[in-house]
Amino acid sequence: MTVDLRVQDIAQQIGERFPGAIEEASADSMVVKGEFIPSVGQFLKDTPRLDFDYLNCLVGTDYSDYIEVVYILESYKHNHRLVLKARAYDRDNPTLPSVVGLWRGADFQEREVYDLLGVTFAGHPNLKRIFLWEGFEGYPLRRDYL
Amino acid sequence: MEIALFSMDEINRQLAEADRWETAEIGALMDIAQEPIPDDLDWLNEEPRNKIIGWGQGKSTWGVNFGLACCAFEMMSSAFSRFDQSRFGMEIMRPSPRQADFMIIAGTVTWKMAPKVRRIYEAMAEPKWVVAMGACACSGGTFTSSYAVVPGVNRILPVDVYVPGCPPRPEALINGFIQMREKIRLAKQK
Repeated sequence: MTVDLRVQDIAQQIGERFPGAIEEASADSMVVKGEFIPSVGQFLKDTPRLDFDYLNCLVGTDYSDYIEVVYILESYKHNHRLVLKARAYDRDNPTLPSVVGLWRGADFQEREVYDLLGVTFAGHPNLKRIFLWEGFEGYPLRRDYL
Repeated sequence: MEIALFSMDEINRQLAEADRWETAEIGALMDIAQEPIPDDLDWLNEEPRNKIIGWGQGKSTWGVNFGLACCAFEMMSSAFSRFDQSRFGMEIMRPSPRQADFMIIAGTVTWKMAPKVRRIYEAMAEPKWVVAMGACACSGGTFTSSYAVVPGVNRILPVDVYVPGCPPRPEALINGFIQMREKIRLAKQK
């Protein structure tokens, strides 16, 4: 059974390593500032005893004030799980750094979030629509679509 | 024989061209699909004709083997031994549209899929029939006002038989087959 790690412990480690990176840490998830996502991901992937070698899923949600991207990380080695979040506050041009360099599985899922919510993932090798066709107007999963 | 080696730039250029082509194809299909194609209500043949042709065509129909959504499972089920559509002369579903007499639109047709459905229909040899299976294929169903779904497959193809249901039971689909067979037997020569 996959164990959910205690977020507070990891948030403390990250806060010591990257000051100012943690925006919010609740009981089951933590919100990291967008520009820190690649370095925090690298830290979580490479640190022994954490070893988050697998990105289970990457999804986006529109909360009207901001667009949130959720990274669910898992470790095959230790069989544990962590929920990481990042927020993009600029609705006109929401941008977050891409994590394709860390987990290749993020490729299509970032394209999906770009397709349906319009989040631009900086550094993605092939960022274009995946479900809808090129030239489709608007981002359908946003609250203000239609 | 020389093997052409493409650079990544060349592949990306060709993919971008394919994307533009797909956009143009979908846009063209959306333009002609503003209104549903009216059903042919005047299909019954009043005059006596060669009964052998209608009888033979009706009792040996082969379908195109493709499914689009969850209705495809009911379609598979109706082909297997419990419901056994081969009782009605539909021995096999053909993987090639060239060898098929009718197609079952089994499921939701999205705008991205619509040009491919249209192309499969155009590749079938005459005479050909279309069965719209399920609420989505008949009218768009729950997704009628969606941005991505064709509201009824009769926007892009002329449909002969509508089978309502979400999804229809295999019995309903087989009832649709029998209606289609009657239509083939009694209709004007296509």
